[in-house]
Amino acid sequence: MSFLKIHLAAGLLALPLALAAITAQAETVARYGISMADIPLTTGQPDRGAGAYQFTGHTIYDPLIAWEANIGTRPGKLIPGLATEWKVDPKDSKVWTFKLRKGVKFHDGSDFKADAVVWNLDKVLNDKSPQFDAKQAAQVKPRIPSIASFKKIDDYTVEITTKDTDALFPYQLPWFLVGSPAQWEKMGRDWAKVATQPSGTGPFKLDKLVPRERAELVKNAGYWDQSRIPKTDRIVLVPIPDAVTRANALLNGQVDLIETPPPDMLPQLAAGKFRIVQNVTPHVWPYHFSTQPGSPWTDIRVRKAANLAIDRASIVKLLGGQAVAAKGQLDPSSPWFGKPSFDLKYDLPAARALMAAAGYSAAKPLKAKIIIAQGGTGQMLSLPMNEYIQQSLAEVNIQVEFQVVELENLYLHWRAGAKADMNAGKGITGINLGYVTADPFYALTRFAYGKYIAPNGVNWGGYDNPKVNEAIEQIRSSFDTKVQDKLLAFVHQQMVDDALMMWVVHDTNPHALSPKVKQFIQAQHWFQDLTTIGM
Amino acid sequence: MLVYVLKRLIYALPTALGVTLVTFMLVYLAPGDPLNAIAPADAPENVINALKATYGLDRPLPVRYGLWLWRALQGDLGASIASGRAVSSEVFAAVSNTLLLAGAAALLGVLLGCVLGGLAGYRSGSWVDRIASALSVVGVSIPHYWLGLVLTIVFSIQLGWLPAMGAGPGDSDGWRWDIAHLRHLVLPAVTLAVIPMGIITRTVRALVAETLNQEFVVSLQARGLGAGRIFRHVAKNAAPTVLAVAGLQVGYLMGGSILVETVFAWPGTGFMLNTAIFQRDIPLLQGTILVLCLFFVVLNLAVDLLQPLLDPRIAR
Repeated sequence: MSFLKIHLAAGLLALPLALAAITAQAETVARYGISMADIPLTTGQPDRGAGAYQFTGHTIYDPLIAWEANIGTRPGKLIPGLATEWKVDPKDSKVWTFKLRKGVKFHDGSDFKADAVVWNLDKVLNDKSPQFDAKQAAQVKPRIPSIASFKKIDDYTVEITTKDTDALFPYQLPWFLVGSPAQWEKMGRDWAKVATQPSGTGPFKLDKLVPRERAELVKNAGYWDQSRIPKTDRIVLVPIPDAVTRANALLNGQVDLIETPPPDMLPQLAAGKFRIVQNVTPHVWPYHFSTQPGSPWTDIRVRKAANLAIDRASIVKLLGGQAVAAKGQLDPSSPWFGKPSFDLKYDLPAARALMAAAGYSAAKPLKAKIIIAQGGTGQMLSLPMNEYIQQSLAEVNIQVEFQVVELENLYLHWRAGAKADMNAGKGITGINLGYVTADPFYALTRFAYGKYIAPNGVNWGGYDNPKVNEAIEQIRSSFDTKVQDKLLAFVHQQMVDDALMMWVVHDTNPHALSPKVKQFIQAQHWFQDLTTIGM
Repeated sequence: MLVYVLKRLIYALPTALGVTLVTFMLVYLAPGDPLNAIAPADAPENVINALKATYGLDRPLPVRYGLWLWRALQGDLGASIASGRAVSSEVFAAVSNTLLLAGAAALLGVLLGCVLGGLAGYRSGSWVDRIASALSVVGVSIPHYWLGLVLTIVFSIQLGWLPAMGAGPGDSDGWRWDIAHLRHLVLPAVTLAVIPMGIITRTVRALVAETLNQEFVVSLQARGLGAGRIFRHVAKNAAPTVLAVAGLQVGYLMGGSILVETVFAWPGTGFMLNTAIFQRDIPLLQGTILVLCLFFVVLNLAVDLLQPLLDPRIAR
């Protein structure tokens, strides 16, 4: 009995201490189930595509020019990041000067100055530099193709020279992130060690990394942009690649929010008071046609007929409403949408008439082979969607045969271009690949410019329209953004009017949030701002 | 006995070497490019070529195999192309999780299989036999991942008794033998245990029923031996075959849990292999498959070495 009393007394004495500890530990934590199989690279340039930048890119690091990602009601725009202003030299349009932000410190306490910018550019562009990291270079080099050279002018000024005049160059810079040279030295110049203790200037610091299991990001209270101080003290990123497992973890309370819930679990989530958040996202799910000689898609009537044969509303329904019907490469809300005369609607009689005019009928159908992926990032519900389209196209006398490969293999066919033997030689005249359409280059010029016909770029089908080429050349030398936007809109409307692709839907990048998550702004972009998550 | 042990050890060496060769060839035969794991889809040719040189993928296949084997013999399995981390540390961290899961599933499967099979064999033709046989058929036929999902829906989501995924609570830094961690083990282990349970039930049932009909059992009964002593004789006769089947099943559990580990996001070799396959992360694939195959070889060797202890005729 006395033993029990002693324990009771000890327990009562410990109670105030325990309460004090609970108060001190009132840290807000958001556990985020992400769709990736592993935590993206943390050394500075994330791997695993555009969607990874929101996790270990723009959280830990900052770019010179940032993308406005804390707004959901309109498309974001370029905003100052670590550079407060940038301008092109009026005498030489290849030379850009960047004024750097003063008073910014890396997480390790070292100062951010021009030397750090040059050091980071060397890290990914100069394979002779000691800090060169092939893996990081592979991520970012294709995203900053215009840079020819760079140098420090003074501690807070950097000059970057582009290979050609390129007015769209600033759009490349949100991809280039700046890490701490001092931390690399401190970690024994070992990138593997830097991965576990990275140091950037971003709104979050990496507190813990357990490969394949979790990354814990903690609030950087001293972040230079006071308007973007994280609303949550700690964000735990948990890789859960399987969509059903991810949703189960949310339902079970193991995580507080998830990316991309499976469409057939949406009613269950909604019934459980979980909130589904989605927004227009720069992504399109198309069939990219080959216009090379021998391809049946060289005839614009056939391309237009295919576009008119698809009931996009039904596909959106198939996706549980987690998509919007495409009206072109871009959503009509984009400033670069333009005014295409060809309306992408479901119109079977018009599609059949176009096919008949092109010489096809039920007795003589058009036969085409399309290469598709069995699934993967950006491919949405690849197989069911493709089967639906196959049946829709059959109704207008287009018989589509699929060559189904894994996404990794599909990329090989994509890079090679329609003309390559692995495509044209095998009768492949179309490719189905989800495209990121985040900026003018990614959305338009890489697919429409004649100089980028594969293998020189990813103009897969060989589209070569002199009017479009001319407009793209003008865009590259027009530094007035209004003129740029006008020309980009022209390029887009021309792409649509030429039915360059068969556009189906845009992804809306849905998220499911538990009632514990009070705030989350989903930007109209792949870049999301995790500082907006509030518990 | 010593000659037998040496023979089995010597047989294991060419098997292991064969495993390395087949592993290497298989991952290179599959279509796709390992550089897709690290380079953006639209990376230009010069970037791809530079990466190939960095990772030694521009060398002829026999040279790559020779170099890989030489390093593997020294315990260096290279670095993962996707993560840059050492394959050995990645694999061993995952193997320990898989061993844990496979061990728990094997224990459950073998134990239940022996009990159900023994009961069914002893009570051949009775309702006990029918229930045990039905359970074994269900166990063998049921798809792993489907059962995993159903168990999750019932026990994690509807009842909220057990976690739906992971190998420990959110702040766990590795496995610990406490309730919080053991709760995470229950559903994947039960899911994984159903197939070995079914197979072992069927094996044990057949062996027990067959042994009970043998003349020596009848003569033991005629001599008036009790049921307990007769059971010992039956068990001893059935043990070598059950051991061989159980050994194979444990081996399958080690390598065959890709779907279950994916459904439960269990950070083991199956979960890792799934990722490595889709990323064409060749060093990680090779390292993981090699370690799993070697486990299988070692397990078979252990079974081969244990069998003569149970039945000395095998060593002759």
